[in-house]
Amino acid sequence: MLKLQSVSRHFGGLKVLQDVSFEVPQGGIFGLIGPNGAGKTTVVNLITGLLPPTSGDILFNGESLVGRKPHRITTGGVARTFQNIRVFKEMTLLENVIVGMHGRLGYGAAGLLLRLPSFRAAERAARDRARELLSWMKLDHKADDIADNLSYGEQRKLELARALATEPKLLLLDEPVAGMNSTEKTELMAEIRNIQARGYTIFMIEHDMRFVMGLCEHIAVLNFGRIIAQGGPDAVRNDPQVIEAYLGRDDDEAAAA
Amino acid sequence: MLEQQLFNALSLGSVYALFALGFTLVFGVLGVVNLSHGAVFMVGAYAALQAVTRLNLPLAGALVVAFAVSGVLGLLIDLLVLRPLRARNAPHLIPMIATIGLAIALNSLAQGLFGAENLRFPAEVLPQQTLNVAGLHVTVLELGIIVLSFGLMAVLLLVLRGTQLGRALRAIAESPKAAALLGINVGGLFMLTSFFAAGLGGVAGVLIGLYSNALFPLMGQPILHKGIAVIILGGMGDIRGAMLAGLFLGFAEVLSVAYIGSTMRDAVGFGLLFAVLLLRPKGLFGTTNERKV
Amino acid sequence: MEAFDSFWAVYSNLVLTLGTNSLLALSIYLTLSCGMLAMANAAFMGIGAYTAALLTMNAGMPFPVALAGGMAAPAVVALLIGGPTLRLSGVYLAMATLAFGEVVRIFILNTEDWTGGALGLNGIPPQTEWWHVLLALALACVVLALLRRSKVGRAFEAIKLDETAAGLMGIDVNAHKMLAFVLGAMLAGLAGALNAHLTFFIGPNEYGFDRGVEILTMTILGGINGLMGPISGAVILTLLPELLRGLADFRNVVNGLILVGIVLFLPRGLWDPARVRALLGRKG
Repeated sequence: MLKLQSVSRHFGGLKVLQDVSFEVPQGGIFGLIGPNGAGKTTVVNLITGLLPPTSGDILFNGESLVGRKPHRITTGGVARTFQNIRVFKEMTLLENVIVGMHGRLGYGAAGLLLRLPSFRAAERAARDRARELLSWMKLDHKADDIADNLSYGEQRKLELARALATEPKLLLLDEPVAGMNSTEKTELMAEIRNIQARGYTIFMIEHDMRFVMGLCEHIAVLNFGRIIAQGGPDAVRNDPQVIEAYLGRDDDEAAAA
Repeated sequence: MLEQQLFNALSLGSVYALFALGFTLVFGVLGVVNLSHGAVFMVGAYAALQAVTRLNLPLAGALVVAFAVSGVLGLLIDLLVLRPLRARNAPHLIPMIATIGLAIALNSLAQGLFGAENLRFPAEVLPQQTLNVAGLHVTVLELGIIVLSFGLMAVLLLVLRGTQLGRALRAIAESPKAAALLGINVGGLFMLTSFFAAGLGGVAGVLIGLYSNALFPLMGQPILHKGIAVIILGGMGDIRGAMLAGLFLGFAEVLSVAYIGSTMRDAVGFGLLFAVLLLRPKGLFGTTNERKV
Repeated sequence: MEAFDSFWAVYSNLVLTLGTNSLLALSIYLTLSCGMLAMANAAFMGIGAYTAALLTMNAGMPFPVALAGGMAAPAVVALLIGGPTLRLSGVYLAMATLAFGEVVRIFILNTEDWTGGALGLNGIPPQTEWWHVLLALALACVVLALLRRSKVGRAFEAIKLDETAAGLMGIDVNAHKMLAFVLGAMLAGLAGALNAHLTFFIGPNEYGFDRGVEILTMTILGGINGLMGPISGAVILTLLPELLRGLADFRNVVNGLILVGIVLFLPRGLWDPARVRALLGRKG
């Protein structure tokens, strides 16, 4: 579904990503892991169009994403969550999720200004769908609360609901469990499996090895901007280069692995 | 003829640069677009005029008075208005709007106290002689303006590049939080910067008042607008860029008066600004600093 | 009725100015609600005023056509400068639009043959009736309210809160910013056109920095939490100079200090439903 072909990204003399290639199959859960600073977030920023690659191509269902504006990539079916949560803090939960549906609301200026039935129907459907997504994330009882009042874990779930509202085919999760305790992580793991079961493809970047090993079917490992290993969890776990990459750093993730 | 305009342009440009310096200093260190800088400029000019007419001080003394009065005004603005807004973590536009209010209040106060007519420095105070420099006639006034402006700018550059204080200021410009963690007295340096930048603005006010021989309550406004153009042209927060762009504007204005006519003079700055913003938003002399997601 | 007639004779201009100032405040509110501080609306007001005045005076056009022209001209200009200008953010945008305002003012000063230059345009036919202003204001409010409760209004809010995240939600950020900018320009132009036919005379200095700041103050004073905010701010700041008339030059000192005071003490403006709710909640 998503294919990166020899993608490189340089900032001046700094080579953040070099010749990165991997493929995310449809319907699976794919993980990109690597130590801090390996370039994982840059990969997500490239996919979502916030940055252009210096060279290489990014294909989504056969079509190139390079050069497209972020909002067109989203309406094309790629949604993302953020490592440092970016919910719209002054909006309610319901409003946050409805914003996600922006690209799918088909009415135009006429419908809007004249309040035509097509407008009303679309808005009503959007509210219903938003509540549905919130209840899936078990947040519907707080639908009219201001997003800023939520706990950290709840805000992460809100981001998920909002991303799902864009009706993506591919969901990009940027460090979904950063800052969570083990109970929350286990809950999220179940949540993500749930989402996958409903037909979404999931691509996540993380550096919590245990989380990724427990969830992902395919894994690629990024170190210093290069892919050093790819494959299933067992293959990657036992890959000597991967072990060296993690043990060579002062990470508590290495201890967890 | 062109060479004669050279000194004209140099003195005008150096004052623009001096004004822009203060403006950019506050933006770089405090992160605020201080739109009351024009009013502070005006206050300096009026303070100098009072010093000369009421206290019978010579021009040099008047300049010191202007620096001090404007400096204190800048300090008060920081303490009373900018600091509470910082404590509240207000988004950038809010302090800017507050400084607009201050400018209006100050300009109107000056008008109420001194009237709207043009005031002049008494003729005895102005140096009248002309010198012959490399075959050109240069007034001592122009020369003095150039020397003083460049002198002050040189001092500022020296402080910023070569002293511990300067390093601390540059650290704050990068990140006030990180600077505080390093033990830098950020609040104190904010006050110092506000004082000094306003002082420079006040001196610039006196110099323009002497150059154009006219003081009026709204004199800070056109300069403020040009200052905005200058610091965008020079790259916001870039000290050297502000200086270069100020000089550049001085030259551009004088040349346009000489060759196109004086009516469009004020438009030159903005026309340039617009062109630059379209083509090179980081300014003519600024360096790119992208902020990533 | 006599009492009303004499009131109207004295104060009609003031009341109508309340209306046009409200339109202006709404025009800046529109761009602010999208997270942009665009200080060009005074200039757009001027463009609208001059276009409309020239249409009635020189081309003999009927009033509605002049009004339409007064909205179309600023819209076109906004479209032209919007592309490069709206790429700028925050402070850069504010300053670029301030600079643009100055360019317009200087342009007017230097095109004497059309615009009368520094002397301005005199003898504009007094066409503006109270119901023009009321209709304009009502329409503006209706359109803005409709926009607010739709995907466009939500998009504006999202862009204001977090532009990058908004883009990633499928919102075409540039297109929406341009929409807010152009609509704001049209509103300001309409206000200018109405105002020109109210005051018989317009001059370049009426549409400069001071006017821009005045409009901004009205909007900030009232708050941007809803349409009533800018309107209440406009009402207060239009009436205030009348009340402060005795202060003459010092009038603006008060204006300036009000602006500083609002920023320091009432950051969300006067019209803040949330604060009112909180106050009432505590009492209840």
